[in-house]
Amino acid sequence: MIIPRVPVQHRRLLPDRRLSGPTPWVIAILMLLTLLAAAAGVGLARSANAIGAAIAGRVTVQIVTANPVTRAEQAAALRRAAAGQPFVRSARAVEPAELRATLGQWFGSTEGTDGGGDPVLNALPLPALVDIDFVGEDRAAPMRQLRALVAREAPGARIIPHAEWLEPVARLIRSLAWVAGALVLLMTAASAAVVIMTARAALGTHYATIEMLHMIGATDRQIARLFQRRIAIDTAYGIALGSAVAAAILLLIGWEWSGVTAGLAATASLGPWGWALLLALPLLAIALAALTARQTLLAALQKIL
Amino acid sequence: MTPPPRPGGAMVEFNGVGLRYGPDAEVLSDISFNLQPGSFYFLTGASGAGKTSLLKMLYLAQRPSRGLIRLFGEDLVTMPRHRLPGFRRRIGVVFQDFRLIPHLSARDNIALPLRIAGVGEEDLAGPVGEMLSWIGLGERAEAFPPTLSGGEQQRVAIARAVIARPQLLVADEPTGNVDPEMAGRLLGLFEALNRLGTTVVVATHDIHLISRIENAQMMRLEKGRLSDPTGALRYPPNRS
Repeated sequence: MIIPRVPVQHRRLLPDRRLSGPTPWVIAILMLLTLLAAAAGVGLARSANAIGAAIAGRVTVQIVTANPVTRAEQAAALRRAAAGQPFVRSARAVEPAELRATLGQWFGSTEGTDGGGDPVLNALPLPALVDIDFVGEDRAAPMRQLRALVAREAPGARIIPHAEWLEPVARLIRSLAWVAGALVLLMTAASAAVVIMTARAALGTHYATIEMLHMIGATDRQIARLFQRRIAIDTAYGIALGSAVAAAILLLIGWEWSGVTAGLAATASLGPWGWALLLALPLLAIALAALTARQTLLAALQKIL
Repeated sequence: MTPPPRPGGAMVEFNGVGLRYGPDAEVLSDISFNLQPGSFYFLTGASGAGKTSLLKMLYLAQRPSRGLIRLFGEDLVTMPRHRLPGFRRRIGVVFQDFRLIPHLSARDNIALPLRIAGVGEEDLAGPVGEMLSWIGLGERAEAFPPTLSGGEQQRVAIARAVIARPQLLVADEPTGNVDPEMAGRLLGLFEALNRLGTTVVVATHDIHLISRIENAQMMRLEKGRLSDPTGALRYPPNRS
């Protein structure tokens, strides 16, 4: 039982005021930080996984043949050939207009969104690009088969795996997720320490009552249940408060985030398991607090005859 | 449930008991005596003679530094700690400083031993009410200890000690804060309990109390050692 049942008459053995004033507030702050760190960790981990999944099976073939007609023919041939392969999920030739539009953002082109009217862009010898997504998790075999295909359809073309340039970003995000996870563990340990200090302080404050109860035949379990109940209720108040504030902050961030639909930021979300974890954390925290209090109390009571 | 002491056996046996606190010299040395079931004992001695220390060992708040203590026929020195609560429920204690729980009413303080023993609320209301009436605090049942006089607090403490009908009653200066009339009534309560079979040990400075209990025997502590002025401590006890 997380909060043990204690008869009403026995509850009166401890005065009505809370055992230690600051405890619920400290627990509330720790719970708030724990939930925010956990949410950040889950979001970052999911983002890293989403990026990893998106880039792991994608390559871009860059055809740099000098003759633009031959280049276009090679790109079309490669796209067709690749699309027919069983190891390819999709193959798409990147349109020259799309390329110019991308480059236009870097060149500061003012000639429309596709940069088509920019003489500098038009003068650039742009390569032909074919984006290819592989089927399945295995990457080595499809890469070998693709190299053979490229050598046949577009000799001299370069194969650029997306993982090569996005993987460091995903790795960084994963590292941040681990840091967030470590913070959750640290704050859990800090919360347990607060509960231990609260339990010890409660025993000190009520030592005379405890001694009296011992003398009239109360068992350690009877005494521990009294304090365990009170500490569990105190920490539950703190946990509820911290969780409510954390939920408000997360919902606000989620609302702001919903406007972000592009780039890496769009991959960050908590998902059903993330939300389930966040909902479970407060309950686990109450259970941990009650268990910690019980063990601390029993250990301390053992030292009294 | 621990069996009662065997017929004819001592309820309490101290044999060569010594007690020291920390590295200091012994406060009690070579204490040996037997307390017979159903007897009434007074423990006297000057302040600092060790009366309270001896009582603490009797009511299981302290283990001895050496020697043997048997209570209700069982060795207390080596008894595992988890068995102590069961023994303590058979002992009533009246503390010199009362040790009432200040945020509990007089009624709740008196009911405490019964509640700890698991007696239901419906079963304890009657005995607690009777006890309150008997000690003259029926009208002040809901008063909290800080609002009671010293004498009233002492009566509540005594009522708490006897409410569960203990087999052994240990009282440390139980009449120190009450007027002679109330002292007489409280002693009468102890005597009545004694007649019902409770072994009573009362530590007191008041030499006049001793003469008020017929057949009471006296133990005297002097500088941590026990003397036997009434022959109470002989084994087998002096029946003359």
